[in-house]
Amino acid sequence: MKKIFYIFILFLFKFNAAYSLIEVDITRGNLDPLPIAVSPLHVDPQSDNYQETKTKELGELISSVVEKNFRSTGLFNPLNKDAFVQKPDIAHLKPRFEDWRLITAQALVTGKLLIKDEKLKIEFRLWDIAANKEMIALAFTTTPSNWRRVAHIISDKIYERLTGETGYFDTRIIYVSETGLRTQRVKKLAIMDQDGENTKYLTLGNELVLTPRFNPTNQLVTYLSYFRNLPRVYLLDIETGIQEVVGNFPGMTFAPRFSPDGKKIIMSFAEDGNSDIYTMDLESRLVERITEDSSIDTSPSYSPDGKYITFNSDRSGLQQIYIMRSDGSGVKRISFGDGLYGTPVWSPRGDLIAFTKVRGGKFYIGVMRSDGSGERLLTENFYQEAPSWSPNGRLLVFYRETKSGKDGSGFTAKLWSIDITGYNERELKTETDASDPSWSSLLSK
Amino acid sequence: MKFNMKIKNLLIILVSTLALSACAAGKKSVVGTSDVYTGTATVQYLASGVKDRVFFATNKSALTTASRDTLRKQASWMRKNKDLNVVLEGHGDERGTREYNLALAEKRANAARDYLLTYGISGKRISVISYGKEKPVNSASTPLAWSQNRRSVTVKTK
Repeated sequence: MKKIFYIFILFLFKFNAAYSLIEVDITRGNLDPLPIAVSPLHVDPQSDNYQETKTKELGELISSVVEKNFRSTGLFNPLNKDAFVQKPDIAHLKPRFEDWRLITAQALVTGKLLIKDEKLKIEFRLWDIAANKEMIALAFTTTPSNWRRVAHIISDKIYERLTGETGYFDTRIIYVSETGLRTQRVKKLAIMDQDGENTKYLTLGNELVLTPRFNPTNQLVTYLSYFRNLPRVYLLDIETGIQEVVGNFPGMTFAPRFSPDGKKIIMSFAEDGNSDIYTMDLESRLVERITEDSSIDTSPSYSPDGKYITFNSDRSGLQQIYIMRSDGSGVKRISFGDGLYGTPVWSPRGDLIAFTKVRGGKFYIGVMRSDGSGERLLTENFYQEAPSWSPNGRLLVFYRETKSGKDGSGFTAKLWSIDITGYNERELKTETDASDPSWSSLLSK
Repeated sequence: MKFNMKIKNLLIILVSTLALSACAAGKKSVVGTSDVYTGTATVQYLASGVKDRVFFATNKSALTTASRDTLRKQASWMRKNKDLNVVLEGHGDERGTREYNLALAEKRANAARDYLLTYGISGKRISVISYGKEKPVNSASTPLAWSQNRRSVTVKTK
C-alpha cells in the first residue's frame, strides 16, 4: 500500500508574494466561492495503448475528481467545461488569460499525462488568471492504477496554495456500514476514500462492531467488536487484516482512541457498573488507570500535544464534558450550557473541542474552546452524533439518523460533513447506511 | 373597596405562585420516575409469573419498586433451579450518545445483578453484557418505545 510517489518540483512557489495573488478566505463561511476552471488533463498521444478509451479518458477522469473535491469544499465553484475556450495542451503551455477571464475564471488548473512502461507521469499547473501568472507547477510519477490518489494529491496542492491551509483530499474515512432492520441491524467495518470512492468492507458482519478510529500515524484502526459476545477493544491493521484484542480486561472495554503519537490506546473499561478511563501502551502493553470515580467516565480524546485528555462524565449528575492532564490529575468541567454534552474530540489544531449536545429533544454538533468558552452549535437535528475532525481541523464528519415516521419507518443513517464555520453541510454518499465515521490523516505526508 | 382590591391582587399572586410551584413539582416527578415503562407488552416470562426484564428511567440505572419485585421473583426462580445460569443484558434508548449508552446499559444490568446477589444468588451464575442502544425491541421514536428499550433482560444460558 505504501507506494512511493516521485515528486519533481518544477517551480514550487515561484511567486512568494501573496499580495497580488488570489487567496481564498476560509475564516468565514464562504458565500462567494472562487470560480475555478479545471481543464481536462491532456493525454499524450505517445502513451502506451493510446487508442484505448481507458487511456484517452484518463485526463477527463482525473480532472473530474479534482473538480468534485473542489466543489465539496464550498469554497470553490468549478466552472462548466462547455465554456472552456482553449484546448488542454495549449492552455497547459500558456493560457490566454483574457479568454479565461471572459468566462469569469479566477484560477485555472491545467495538466498533461503520459503512460509509458507501466508508469504514469502527470504534470499540472495552477494559474492565477487575474494576475496572468503561474502559481504552482508539479509533476508526479506513479503506477497508472494510482491515478485517483494523484488526483487527490493535486487537489491538496491546489487547495493548500489557494487557502494557506493543509489539504485533506488524499485521505480515507473508516465507518460502520449498516444494513437490515433496526432491531436486527448488521454492522460491518467499511473504509472509503474521502470522496466516497473505493469502498471496502473489512469485517463480514458476523458480530456487532462499533466506533472504529484511525491511528493518526499509520494504517492501524482501533474499534469495538462483540466477537464471541465479549465486547472488547480491538486493534486492526487494515493492510494485513491482522487483528488482536487490546489488553486483557475481565469486562467490557469500549470507546477507544489512539494517542496523537499513535503509541497508546485510550479507552473505557466497565466493571461492576462503573466505567473508568484507561490507557494501554501498544509497545510495552502496560495498562494504566487514568480516572477513578464512581460515575460513568467515557469517550476520552487526547489533545494533539498529548498533554491533556477530554472526556465525558456524569459525575455532576448528568453527562458533561471535562478535561484533565494526561495522568488523570486536574480534572475540570468545561461544559456548562443547558443540556447534556458528550463525545468530546479534540481538534488536530488543538484550539477546539467538538462535541454532541442533547437539549430539548434535539441533537447538536458543536465546537467550544478547550476552556469551555466560545461554544458554537453548528447543526441541529433529531438525532446525530460522533463528530470526527478532518486532518486539517477545518471540517467535521458525523452521522445522522432520520426517520420518516414516528413508528420508526423510513429509517436511515448517513454520514454528513460540515465546515467549522457552520456552512457547507453535506451528505457523504455511502453504499449502505453508515455511522461512526473516523477521518484518517493525510496518506502522503 | 380599595383594600379589597389589594387583597384580591395578593391572592391572585399567591395562587399563581402556588400553581407555578405545583407545576415545577409535577415536572420533577416526570423526570424522576414516571418515564419508567410499567406495561407488559414486551415482557417475556422465565417461568410462570417470573418476568424476564426490568425497566429504567431516562439516563438512570436505579431500580424501581416494581423492578425489585421482578428481581426477587427471578432470584427465587434461580434458587429453585440450581443448575441454571443467566446473562443480564443491559440496554439503553436511542436518545443518547452511543458510548455513554454502552456504559449506562452496563450499569443498569449490574444494578439488576447486585440485587440478585443480595437475594443469595452466586455471582458465578450471573454474567452481564451491555448492548448500549444497539438492540432496541421497539424501533419507533416515541417516549413509549424508548421506555420499553431502557431495560435489563435476564436470559437463560445453557
